[in-house]
Amino acid sequence: MIQLTINGKGHSYDGDPSMPLLWFLRDVADLTGTKYGCGMALCGACTVHLDGQAIRSCVTPVAAAAGKKITTVEAVGADKVGHAVQAAWQKLDVVQCGYCQSGQIMSATALLKSNHKPSDADIDAAMSGNVCRCATYVRIRAAIHEAAGTLSA
Amino acid sequence: MNQIFLVNESRRRFIQGVGGLALGIYVGDAFADKGTAAPGNGGADLLAPVNFEPNAFVRIGSDNTVTVISKHLEMGQGTFTGLATLLAEELDADWTQVRVEGAPADVAKYKNLMMGIQLTGGSTAMANSHEQMRKAGAAARAMFVSAAADEWKVPANTITVVNGVVHAKSGRKATFGQLAERAAKQPVPQDVALKDPKTFKLIGQPKLHRKDHVDKTNGTAMFTQDYKAPGMLVAVVAHPQRFGAVPKSVDAAKAKAIANVVEVVQFGGSAHRFAGVAVLAKNTWAARSGRDALEIEWDESQAFKLGSAEILAQYKEMAKKDGLVARKDGDAAAALAKPAKLIEAEYETPYLSHSAMEPLNCVVKLGEGACEIVNGEQMHTPDQGAVAALLGISPDKVSITQLYAGGSFGRRANPQADYVLEAVAIAKAAWDKGIKVPVKMVWTREEDTRGGYYRPATFHTARLALDGGGQLVAWHHHTVTQSIIKGTAFEAFMVKDGIDATSVEGVADMAYEIPNVKVELSTPDNIGVPVQWWRSVGHSYNAFVKEGLIDEAAAAAGKDPYEYRRAMLGKAPRLKGVLELVADKAGWSQPLKPGAAGEKRGRGIAVHESFNTYVAQVAEVTIKSDGSLKVDRVVCAVDCGLAINPDIIVAQMQGGIGFGLTAALHGAITLDGGVVQQSNFHQYLPLRINEMPVVEVFIMPSAEKPTGVGEPGTPPIAPAVVNAIAAATGKRIRKLPIADQLTA
Ligand code: FES
Ligand code: FES
Repeated sequence: MIQLTINGKGHSYDGDPSMPLLWFLRDVADLTGTKYGCGMALCGACTVHLDGQAIRSCVTPVAAAAGKKITTVEAVGADKVGHAVQAAWQKLDVVQCGYCQSGQIMSATALLKSNHKPSDADIDAAMSGNVCRCATYVRIRAAIHEAAGTLSA
Repeated sequence: MNQIFLVNESRRRFIQGVGGLALGIYVGDAFADKGTAAPGNGGADLLAPVNFEPNAFVRIGSDNTVTVISKHLEMGQGTFTGLATLLAEELDADWTQVRVEGAPADVAKYKNLMMGIQLTGGSTAMANSHEQMRKAGAAARAMFVSAAADEWKVPANTITVVNGVVHAKSGRKATFGQLAERAAKQPVPQDVALKDPKTFKLIGQPKLHRKDHVDKTNGTAMFTQDYKAPGMLVAVVAHPQRFGAVPKSVDAAKAKAIANVVEVVQFGGSAHRFAGVAVLAKNTWAARSGRDALEIEWDESQAFKLGSAEILAQYKEMAKKDGLVARKDGDAAAALAKPAKLIEAEYETPYLSHSAMEPLNCVVKLGEGACEIVNGEQMHTPDQGAVAALLGISPDKVSITQLYAGGSFGRRANPQADYVLEAVAIAKAAWDKGIKVPVKMVWTREEDTRGGYYRPATFHTARLALDGGGQLVAWHHHTVTQSIIKGTAFEAFMVKDGIDATSVEGVADMAYEIPNVKVELSTPDNIGVPVQWWRSVGHSYNAFVKEGLIDEAAAAAGKDPYEYRRAMLGKAPRLKGVLELVADKAGWSQPLKPGAAGEKRGRGIAVHESFNTYVAQVAEVTIKSDGSLKVDRVVCAVDCGLAINPDIIVAQMQGGIGFGLTAALHGAITLDGGVVQQSNFHQYLPLRINEMPVVEVFIMPSAEKPTGVGEPGTPPIAPAVVNAIAAATGKRIRKLPIADQLTA
C-alpha cells in the first residue's frame, strides 16, 4: 500500500507501483489538470511539484512519490507564488489551446520560488522543457516577469 | 429542477427573417442546477432539456448569464471569444456575464456559411459568421428593449442598454435576467439594425480577456483526454508500422493478464485509416501496458514501402515532364529563352506532422441504433456522416458533444474521419463482445506522430528570367506534391481539371506583377502516405518557395528586397500596405546592428496573402561562428480587415510564427522503407522557448470585413528567415527544415 499526499489530501494506492504518477493523478485521483503530452519527459505537460520541486509525472513511478507532498495545478493557486503566476497568465491571456499550460504554470511557479527575479535567459533555461505547440512563449516570458513583479511589490 | 423553457412563438418568422439565424431565450437556472460544467465546454448536454430547441446562438438565463453558442471549435485560436465578442457587442451585454459553449452537430443551424457544412477551418470562423453573430445579438437586444417598453409603458426609442442593464429615461432599470421571460414573448424583429462601428465597445477592444483564460490556467478546462463517464474504458491502440498493413495474427494473452485490462479487440481499417488492435482497460496505464504486451504479426502485402529518398527521386523525375497548367500569363518559355539573367532553382519541403499537444483521442458512447461522440470536434457534419455510415444508422442518430481541443492545426478536421472512425470501430468491436460501455480511445504521442495525414512533402523547380534592368519578366514554376483533396468529399469543389487548388495556392494566385507566368502541377497517385491540410495548407510551402525566389531575384538584380517586392505590388494595395508597415516598424531603412565578433547577422523580409488576410514579416537572425542559428526578432504586420479582438490577432501572429519556425528550423517526417522514422518530441523537434524570438505585431487599421488569423501568420516566417540567412551569409536555403544546413 502506497500512501500519497496530493494537494494536502491523503490517498492510498495498492495497484501497480510502477504506474507513472501522471496516471494516478488523472485516472485514479481524478485530477485531470495535469496533462499527458509525450510520456517521455520531453514536453513538460505533466509537470507537478514533488516536495516543491518541479518533476515530470509521466516518468515518475507512483512508488517514488510515496510519503512526499505532491502539488498539482488544481491546488497551486493556494500558494502565493502559484497564485501570482496564475494571475499573470490570466492578465496577459497567455493561453491558446491551453493543453500545455498546466505544465507551464507548474514550471514557472517552481522557477519563481527559487529565483525571484529571473532574466530572460533564466526563463529560457528553466522553461525549455515545456513545449507549447501553440507557441505562446512570448507571453509565457512576459507573464513570468509580470508575476515576479507582483511578488516583489 | 426548477426551470421554465419558453419557446418563442415568432421563432419561425424570425428564422426566415435573418437568413438562417436562430435565437432562443432561455429562462431558468438549469445551469445553476447542474453547475458542474466547466464553462465553455461540455455544457451542451447539460443544458439541453427536451423542450428547448438548441437552435440558437444565445441563451439568456434568469440568473443573468448570457450563453453564446459557438458553432466553431475552440482549439486555441480564440474562436469562442471572437464569436462571443460579436454577439455581446450588439446585445450590449457586460463581458463578465458572457459564457460560451460549443454547439452540437446540426448542419441546418450551425453550418459554416462559407462552406455549407459544419466545420471549423480555413481561418473562416470570424469571416463566415461575423454578421450572423452580430445579428443574433442585435435581435436579442431589440427584444429586451421592447420587453422593457411594454412593461414600463414607455416608447422603445427612449430605452438604452448598457452593460447588460436596460434603462428607461426615468431611471428605471432592469437586468437581462429580470426581463428574460418577458423578452421571450416579444415579436422577433424582422430587420435588425447593426451598430455604427464608431460605437463599438467590445469589438476592437484590446483589453478584452479571452473567455477561456481562467479555466485553462487552473486545470478545470475539459479536453477529450480528460473526459470521463461511468463505466468508461480507455482504449490504447497498436497500429502497424507501415501504412496499409493489417494484423495477421494477434496473441493477446500477455496483455489480458495485466490487471485492469478488460478486453482486446481487433478493428478493421480501410484505404484511408489504420487497421489494428486495441486494448481496453480501466485506466490509461493498464491499457498502454497491455498494448505494449501484445504480440502481433502484420500482413504487409498491401503496405506502402517507399522511403523519403525514393519519393523525392520520383518527384524530381516528374518535375522534368510537363505538368497540368495551373496558371499561364503571357509566354514564359519565350521570355526564358533569352533572359538577361536566369535563375534556376530547386526547392524542397518535407512531410510534417501536426503534433498538437493533445494527442488524438475520441470518446464514443454507443447505444441501440445511436452513437454519441465526445471530441474536440472540428468537422461535425462530415464526421457525423462517416460515423453513421460505419454503424449503418442515420446521421441524426449520431450526436456530437464538442469539447476544447488541445490544438489541432488542421489534424482534427480529417476528411476521412480517420481517428473518429477508429474510435467508433473499437467501441463497436467491444459492443459486439458484450462490452457496452463508453470508450475513450487515446493515441500515445508515438501513434500521433506516426499516424499519417501529414502536410505533404513537396518538390519544386523554378526558372526565373530578369531583363537588363533587373525586372522579373518570366516565372516558370513546377510543383510536385500529393493532393490532399483528391479522394475526399471536398474534391468536387476544390479540384478543377485535375488541379488541387490547395497544391498551388499562394503561387498560382500570387499578386506580383510579372508579365509571363507559368505554374505547373504534377500530382503523384502512387504514394501511400496519407496527407492532409496543416496550418495554412499549400501556403505553408508555396510562400516559402515564392518569397525565397523573389529574394533570389532581388539579389540577382542587385536591388533591395523590400523595394523590389514593393515595386511589383502596385495592383495589390493591401499586400503593399502590410509590406510598407512592416518595413517601417522593423526599421528596414536603418542598418541592422552587427553581431559580436565571429557572428553574422542578417535581416529578411517576406509578404504573403492567405485566407484573404495579408501578412508581412521581417526576421532578424544571428549565425554564430559554429553555424548555429538564432532568430532574434520578428516584426509582423497584418491586415485582417476589422480587428475584432486585437489581442487575439497578436497572439495568433505570435503563435503562427512560432509554429512556422518549428517547421523552418526542425520539422520533418521522413520514411525509410515506408516506416516513419520519428516517434516523439526527441525526433520530431518542436520549437522551444529558448528558440522563440522577440515578436512585435502591428495590425493595419481597417474597416474591411474581418478575415481569419489562425493560419496566415505561418506562411511568411520560413522565407523571412531563409532570406535573413542569405543576407547574413550569402547562403541560400532552398530546402526545409534548415536543420544543420548551416553547420554542414
Ligand atoms: S508528458 Fe511528461 S514530459 Fe511530456
Ligand atoms: S497553449 Fe496550446 S500547446 Fe500551449
